[in-house]
Amino acid sequence: MQVNPISNGIVLDHIHAGKGMELYKILKLSELSCSVAIIKNASSKKMGKKDIIKIDGDVDLDFDIIGYIDPGVTVNIIKNGVNKKIVELEPPKTVKNVIKCKNPRCITSIEQELPHIFKLTDRENRVYRCIYCESKAK
Amino acid sequence: MRSLIDILDLSTEEIDSLIDTALDIIDNPEKYAHKCAGKKLATLFFEPSTRTRLSFEAAMYELGGHVLGFSDSGSSSASKGESVSDTVKVVSCYADIIAMRHPKEGAPLVASMKSDVPIINAGDGGHNHPTQTLADLLTIKREHGHFDGLTVGFCGDLKFGRTVHSLLGALSRYNNVRFVLISPPELTVPDYLKKELLDKKNLDYIETTDLEAAMPELDILYMTRVQRERFFNEQDYIRLKDSYILTPEKLENAKPDMRILHPLPRVNEISVAVDDDPRACYFKQVLNGKFVRMALILKLLEVD
Repeated sequence: MQVNPISNGIVLDHIHAGKGMELYKILKLSELSCSVAIIKNASSKKMGKKDIIKIDGDVDLDFDIIGYIDPGVTVNIIKNGVNKKIVELEPPKTVKNVIKCKNPRCITSIEQELPHIFKLTDRENRVYRCIYCESKAK
Repeated sequence: MRSLIDILDLSTEEIDSLIDTALDIIDNPEKYAHKCAGKKLATLFFEPSTRTRLSFEAAMYELGGHVLGFSDSGSSSASKGESVSDTVKVVSCYADIIAMRHPKEGAPLVASMKSDVPIINAGDGGHNHPTQTLADLLTIKREHGHFDGLTVGFCGDLKFGRTVHSLLGALSRYNNVRFVLISPPELTVPDYLKKELLDKKNLDYIETTDLEAAMPELDILYMTRVQRERFFNEQDYIRLKDSYILTPEKLENAKPDMRILHPLPRVNEISVAVDDDPRACYFKQVLNGKFVRMALILKLLEVD
């Protein structure tokens, strides 16, 4: 299967197989006017199978969201056909309005327009907790 | 400007300093009688709590300050649907410091993000209650003189008991403190606290269901109430509420200098017959709570 190279844009590589659509939705890539390709289950020496997303256009992506959903993703930033920058993602220290706190006793359940913020409390096990009630993200 | 939301917001040095101030207040009350003259404390109690509110109010009056506020959400603008953020923005125009109790976890943190004056968390649901922990620590300090090397037993509801979680966190920072966690299997300390606090710091603790067997080794026995309001299911509450009741007979094997603490109110988990035992300290805790709240108000208002 062939998807043409892009000259200016972003390639998200080494996405765990199956996570591609999740990233597509959460990054709201459907709202972009440029071409976006999702390759599912591409073969990978390192991972066996992987997903890839190619975005043919200059866009700002929230790397923290990508790092939260799948911290193993490699972000390739392409300028004039050259791979200018490769970003190895790590789990972000905080994520804002990506996860919703499900604890009915949490202040987020009633306070108007309060951002849902989670912080990384255990890097090894990738545990995120609500900053308000300390409930674990599910 | 600083607030107190979680006991772990304070370093051990700051806790020790607050305890020292409280001890000085106890010895020299007249020295502090006018320290907060002209200052106002607002007590915003969105959930009823007579003793904590009165303790804050008594603390401010004894510092020569004034108090305003409300004692349940029905008499506040919250009943009209006002947010916590808006309420504290308004109240911080009237008061120099705010003590807030709220049924929702994290409400005082939200308040501290929006307020122009210091916020003291006076209890947020089943989450944090840092000034109760300060009262517990002052009591232990006054009774034993130190924290290092103590064996501390927690008994009752260790799952929902916020005072237990806060005191565990605070004591875990002192040296060689050992914990004995006594509860029915349904009400044990949550796994995340065991993993992220006790196991991570490699602390010495055991879990048991047998209060009497644990009794001889304890320096402190921290009793807690099985709280009806923390259960979604009434049947679970009824089944577990009488799990551990402390009686004079159960104290027969306790050390003579062991001390019994309880955050109050009690229901029936400590027999009234225990009140006359010199090891019972739960009413002293109430008094200590007022002194340490005085020390905290002084610290947060940066009054010398």
